Amino acid sequence: MNTSPPRALIAEDEPLLALALQQLLGQLWPQLHIEARVADGISAVQQALTRLPDLLFLDIRMPGQTGLEAAAEIADAWPEEQALPAIVFVTAYDQYALAAFEACAMDYVLKPVQAARLGQTVQRLQQWWQQRQPAQGTDLAMQNHRQLERLLGLQQQLLGQVPAALQIIQASVGNQIHMVRVQDISYLEAADKYLRVLTASQEYLIRTPLKDLLPQLDAREFWQIHRGTVVRAQAIASAQRDESGRLSLLLRDRPEKLAVSRLYATRFKAM
Amino acid sequence: MFAPAPLLRHAGITVAACLLIAAALTALGQGLWDVNLAYSLAIGLISWLSIDLLRLRWRESDQIPWPRGLRGMAVVPLGIAAGLVLGNPLGGLYVQQFHPELPAAGRPSLWLPFAITMATSIAMSWGFYVVGKSRHLQMQAEQAQRQAAEARLSLLQAQLEPHMLFNTLANLRVLIASDAPRAEQMLDHLIAYLRATLAGSRNGTHSLASEFALLTDYLALMQIRMGDRLTYSLTLPADLAGLPVPPLLLQPLVENSIRHGLEPQLAGGHIAVQAGMLDDSHLLLSVHDNGLGLPELPGQPPSGSGFGLQQIRERLASRYGSAARFDLTADSAGGTWACIALPLKPQP
Repeated sequence: MNTSPPRALIAEDEPLLALALQQLLGQLWPQLHIEARVADGISAVQQALTRLPDLLFLDIRMPGQTGLEAAAEIADAWPEEQALPAIVFVTAYDQYALAAFEACAMDYVLKPVQAARLGQTVQRLQQWWQQRQPAQGTDLAMQNHRQLERLLGLQQQLLGQVPAALQIIQASVGNQIHMVRVQDISYLEAADKYLRVLTASQEYLIRTPLKDLLPQLDAREFWQIHRGTVVRAQAIASAQRDESGRLSLLLRDRPEKLAVSRLYATRFKAM
Repeated sequence: MFAPAPLLRHAGITVAACLLIAAALTALGQGLWDVNLAYSLAIGLISWLSIDLLRLRWRESDQIPWPRGLRGMAVVPLGIAAGLVLGNPLGGLYVQQFHPELPAAGRPSLWLPFAITMATSIAMSWGFYVVGKSRHLQMQAEQAQRQAAEARLSLLQAQLEPHMLFNTLANLRVLIASDAPRAEQMLDHLIAYLRATLAGSRNGTHSLASEFALLTDYLALMQIRMGDRLTYSLTLPADLAGLPVPPLLLQPLVENSIRHGLEPQLAGGHIAVQAGMLDDSHLLLSVHDNGLGLPELPGQPPSGSGFGLQQIRERLASRYGSAARFDLTADSAGGTWACIALPLKPQP
């Protein structure tokens, strides 16, 4: 059994709603300790990674970055020897996100939060908390793996909503516009305000942020492998794991070795 | 483009009409059945083909496949002439080939085919024209209805953004238990805001004071939600309060400022709405925020805002013509300026 009480973090930008969620959780689950309340997506990541709570309640629309983006960043940077936190998303109205949650069996709560509905979530979380304690060693790795897979699934569900259409990337070079065919791209890498587009022999800089470009690319062809890296699946030669368990990719037409972050590493397994 | 489907349909109807005419003539004792049919088909098909091809060649547009003016009036007579001039000899050829025994007098006389061709061609052309036109009008009406319904829906959705509505209700729900008087206040603002938005009337005018009252309701709602992150000021000189403005003109601008400027910004920010005189004959309305500012790429507004801005431009253009101006500019310190200049007197 767990000896210490579970600890939670609430990320919600509207002060009244954050307070109310904390109070309601206090009634429904008195043992739960709300460790911190934050009001934006950036502090959510910072606080989660310093406090390492067991539970995360994330609003989807927040200043800084969305709850979904925050969740991906937290999962990526979470220490490997620790079990990942359970994530519950809180949202007022996001049609696409709702369908995605249902598909991935991630829990979510709709605003206005109602006690009965939150009660069901709390029950589910309590069960999860009971079962979590014995998890050690391989079990822990297994559990984390499963949770990462769900989070990745959620992300792909959400990206899959927009029909992929982009065939050509228009990149300006001096006073010319180069038309880069997507099938010539090896990988895309976010760099500050720019996005680097790399083909076998060329490198271009475009100003469209990766998160805006990604939904326009065919998700079966372009795989995200890191928060700031997307690689064309056919350009990958092999994936290899080093002694510390970190996964990296070798490319067919380029010398670089690309690091795969934890969240996306679940995608690489032998058939 | 050339559409084979209506052409084939017309051809079929023409053949059917020719059969009927031949049958009618035979029944009336006017010559042999097959001779009548040969004349009828030769004249009928040639008339039809020339009319249909001429009308398509000279058509006014793809939607209205009939020529304008003189050409429109010439199509049917030309078709009839072609049918008679080319069709009659063809009929004669048929008789020579298959009924050489018939004397010249036994052949159908010339006035009868002429009258029949005239009557049928005019009737059929008229019929095709009327049917085509009514089909076209019906399609147009359906399309217009669909567009109107879509426009109404997206307008309503743009203003009653579900995310805003549910978050407001969530706040209200919390306040009911914790701070009943404030909940009541918030509910009053929500009611006033919903009433103004759902009234849906984009026609006519209301006073500048009513427009500012609506903005007050909206901003008060948003302030309860955003807490310290939102501050605002509304400046309306007393002598301008009664001036007429189109309803809900400023509201989308304030909403854009909050949604795209202040809400995504960590620190929140300030919105200033101001009314003043630009010169003797023009009113200047402005919405200024110190939020995130315009998106980097012009022409690619964040989703949702494009519709609102487009709508403002269209409404101003239809009411004031070129006398009104709408500018959206980036503030040098970050943030956005939206300015509307209106003539005091609507254009005639």
